Amino acid sequence: MGPVVFSARALTKTYRMGEVEVPALRSIDLEIWQGEFVVLLGPSGSGKSTLLNILGGLDTPTSGTAFWREHNLVTADESELTRYRREHVGFVFQFYNLIPSLTVRENVVLVTELADDPMDADEALTLVGLANRLDHFPSQLSGGEQQRVAIARAIAKRPECLLCDEPTGALDYATGKLVLEVIARVNRELATTVVVITHNAVIAGMADRVIRLADGRIASTEVNAKRLSPDELAW
Amino acid sequence: MRTLDKKLLRDLARMKGQVLTIALVVACGVAALVAALSTYDSLRLSQQTYYEQSHFADVFASLKRAPAALQPKLAAIPGVAEVELRIVFDATLDVPRVSAPPVGRMISLPPGGQPQLNRLHLRLGRWPDPDKLDEALLSEGFAQASGLAPGASLRALINGKYEVLHVVGIALSPEYVYSIRSGDPLPDDRQFGILWVAHDALAAAFNMEGAFNDVAVRLAPGASQERVIQALDQLLLPYGSLGAYGRAEQLSNRFVQDEIEQQRMMATTIPPVFLAVAAFLLNVVLGRVIAAQREQIAALKALGLDNREVAVHYLKFVSLITLAGIAGGAMLGIWLGKLMTANYVLFFRLPLMQFRIQLWVLALAGGVTLAAAVLAALSAVRGVVRLAPAEAMRPPAPRAYKRSFIERLWAAHWLSPQGRMVARNIVGRPFRALFTCAGIALALPITVLGLFWMDAIDYMIAVQFGLIDRGDALVSFTEPVDGRAVRELARVAGVRAVEGMRAVPVRLRVGHRDYRTGLLGLSPEGELRRLLDANLEPIPLPAQGVLLTDRLGERLGARAGDSVRIEVLEGERVQREVPVAGLVNELVGMSAYMDVRALRRLLREGDAVSAAALSLEPSRADETYAQLKQFPKVSTVSVKTIALQSFLDTTASFVLVFTGILTAFAIVIAVGIVYNSARIALAERAWELASLRVLGFTRGEVSRILLAELAVEVLLAIPVGLWLAHQCVETLVEMHATEMFRIPAVVEPRSYALATLAVVAAAALSAAVVRHRIDHLDLVSVLKTRE
Repeated sequence: MGPVVFSARALTKTYRMGEVEVPALRSIDLEIWQGEFVVLLGPSGSGKSTLLNILGGLDTPTSGTAFWREHNLVTADESELTRYRREHVGFVFQFYNLIPSLTVRENVVLVTELADDPMDADEALTLVGLANRLDHFPSQLSGGEQQRVAIARAIAKRPECLLCDEPTGALDYATGKLVLEVIARVNRELATTVVVITHNAVIAGMADRVIRLADGRIASTEVNAKRLSPDELAW
Repeated sequence: MRTLDKKLLRDLARMKGQVLTIALVVACGVAALVAALSTYDSLRLSQQTYYEQSHFADVFASLKRAPAALQPKLAAIPGVAEVELRIVFDATLDVPRVSAPPVGRMISLPPGGQPQLNRLHLRLGRWPDPDKLDEALLSEGFAQASGLAPGASLRALINGKYEVLHVVGIALSPEYVYSIRSGDPLPDDRQFGILWVAHDALAAAFNMEGAFNDVAVRLAPGASQERVIQALDQLLLPYGSLGAYGRAEQLSNRFVQDEIEQQRMMATTIPPVFLAVAAFLLNVVLGRVIAAQREQIAALKALGLDNREVAVHYLKFVSLITLAGIAGGAMLGIWLGKLMTANYVLFFRLPLMQFRIQLWVLALAGGVTLAAAVLAALSAVRGVVRLAPAEAMRPPAPRAYKRSFIERLWAAHWLSPQGRMVARNIVGRPFRALFTCAGIALALPITVLGLFWMDAIDYMIAVQFGLIDRGDALVSFTEPVDGRAVRELARVAGVRAVEGMRAVPVRLRVGHRDYRTGLLGLSPEGELRRLLDANLEPIPLPAQGVLLTDRLGERLGARAGDSVRIEVLEGERVQREVPVAGLVNELVGMSAYMDVRALRRLLREGDAVSAAALSLEPSRADETYAQLKQFPKVSTVSVKTIALQSFLDTTASFVLVFTGILTAFAIVIAVGIVYNSARIALAERAWELASLRVLGFTRGEVSRILLAELAVEVLLAIPVGLWLAHQCVETLVEMHATEMFRIPAVVEPRSYALATLAVVAAAALSAAVVRHRIDHLDLVSVLKTRE
């Protein structure tokens, strides 16, 4: 197991909705190690997205501490968080969030231009199996293909961690598996720390560690003795 | 439905920036139409009311001297309802504290005081005592300009000696609503005034006992003006009549009529276009605002609302915005109309400036905008309700993009992915980009139309007074004098140069067309009065033939080489066919010119001079005027700088108001377009922009992508707008050419630059507001909306 890359202590996030305070995270303690594949499981409203957003520098906690290596994610201001996302984090979303006016390759190049030591865009796309669709626009791709472009885009800048929010949520079974395979491969071949949010418990079989959240707290943590490969998963 | 109405109000409150800018565009369109048409209507109403109440005469004639015993014969002419005989003389005045001598037109009052025709409106003071020969009523404009009130005195040069006159009252006359002296290019209250004095006083002073030299006639209903004029001419020609003429040729009325006609032209051209632009923008912007609510519409349908209910909801939405704009526009329009009407008081001396707004104007403006809004709402809602709710509730499929033709054209490898996004968004939605460009472009002509008036006036003054009429003052003699007078004038203190001229009233005839004007004989060596061709190059005076101003040529249908019949309206009334030697370019007036020697041969006279142009030393002007006041046979002196100054003073305020209004409207349009385009683009692409932020793009980088599109659209729009502005100015000038003026289509680069600056500033302001919103994009919630 590598060194700790992410650590949180008493991490709390409370949303203020008008006059009501809605706690999303209640005092979470968590460490994630380098190269680890973590799955966050939990029903809607369990706080898993909030946790991922804080981890990715999209949101700041109400109290507690959160560090990515030496980066303090609690005290960072807007521009520091932007730089943090730019340099360290790759995101994959349920709805891909591709730029419709850019081709597959250009969607990736967009990001490689931001990074200091990026992968070649074609290489990243080869890694996700889309080397033959470089000049297509998002509207010409299936959902699974779009998601793989999103993954290529996320990994092309060689992030230290890849954060995936329901990456297979909008995909059918076969396509979903294909996408998971790509994520597993990134974790395996590039040694990228991966955190995947899902409410599909089967996917947990792929992980080194499965963290279950409920009502803003960590309900349980289990370490898989043996990680399954995506084609061994069935749901 | 109550809850839906709450949604309506909250939507309106949430979109207040867009609601406000759209309503303002509507308000401007409505206001422009209401203001322009109500001003036209009010002017016409005020004029007609005054003419009626004051018994403004229908036919006028001036003559040398005729016996008063002619009155019954004149009254007996078939078609004549009323005849008023008068004595009218122009005299040089000497007003305390005014150095340049003004001209006073002295008009006799009948024994009862108030004339039957052209009745005076007494503003201040009282009527002159018929037995006191030194009492006078003064025209209001002149009284105000020269600081004379009842109780003040002035002197008039009558038959070579100054007589003191006491001002007892201030009056208005329908004959001098627009107070200009024939031959003067500009009205000037400081240099021209009317004095009404008792008949006996004027008769005694000018040796006109038992005689008259001016007639005003009111026609019986249904009478033929032409026949009455013929009969009058027959009776009066032996007495030196210059020919009777109708209201159409009465100088004041001609100017007033011209101005009202211009106002009508303006009201029926610019504001309707403006309203159409506003309606078009309203239609497109509202359509896009509703289309952006696609998911909400689908949700409403999923809840069980039928298409009609959804449509009604959005009709209410657009109607509220539009009605707010119409109400605001009507109020603004009435206010502006009153302001513009009141501004005419500077030009028109009317006892009462009435204001009227007709209901159909409001109904038209409101109807057009409301219809545009309703159409927008219906077509946008129909586009959405056609989809199954489940489909509409999903975000629209990613738009199909292509490599833009521009990229293929010059394979823009240097374009960054961000640059390509901008290019493809513009090219991928050409109609949208076109609309935004069109909207921005339309703002430019509107601003330029406002700014251009000042350029045109500057140009007219520079050409007319810098290149054509280059003397500082014009001296007119009471009757033609011989060349010695010119040499004497040259010896007056402060006079640098003198050039004598011979001006004679004529009627020019070509075929069945004719026109009354002045024929001016100039010396070929003259420098103070030059004639120019279309390129503003001086034209040498031909030894033979007559030169016509280009508009006079047009009016008579005469070109160089044609023959024109000259009928001299004084002296021996010579009539002769003369060839047209060419056309000259003049912006003011419609005159004819000849070599003075040819003119003298035509008139069969010696070296007669009726006027002289003077070049003066400005520092000695007071001395010069003092000597001119004493000069024998000088009837009037008109001083150019004074006329120019007072003209500029009055027009400047008028033009400033007009320009200010149009520029403000243009800025509202530009803001309305740019701001709404950016807001709609932001609403549609918030998700994309948030994704970029998540990928690590800074606020600045993300804003640049959205705003670069707008910047490109603004840049594309500006040259188109400037070209459009030029076309509009040309068209407007074409439509506005009147008998008196031809406004040159001159737009200074400065005006184009100012208009561009106004539009760019409006765009920048809108961009700054949108940038602020991009900075505050809530990344988490934007990305969540698709979950």
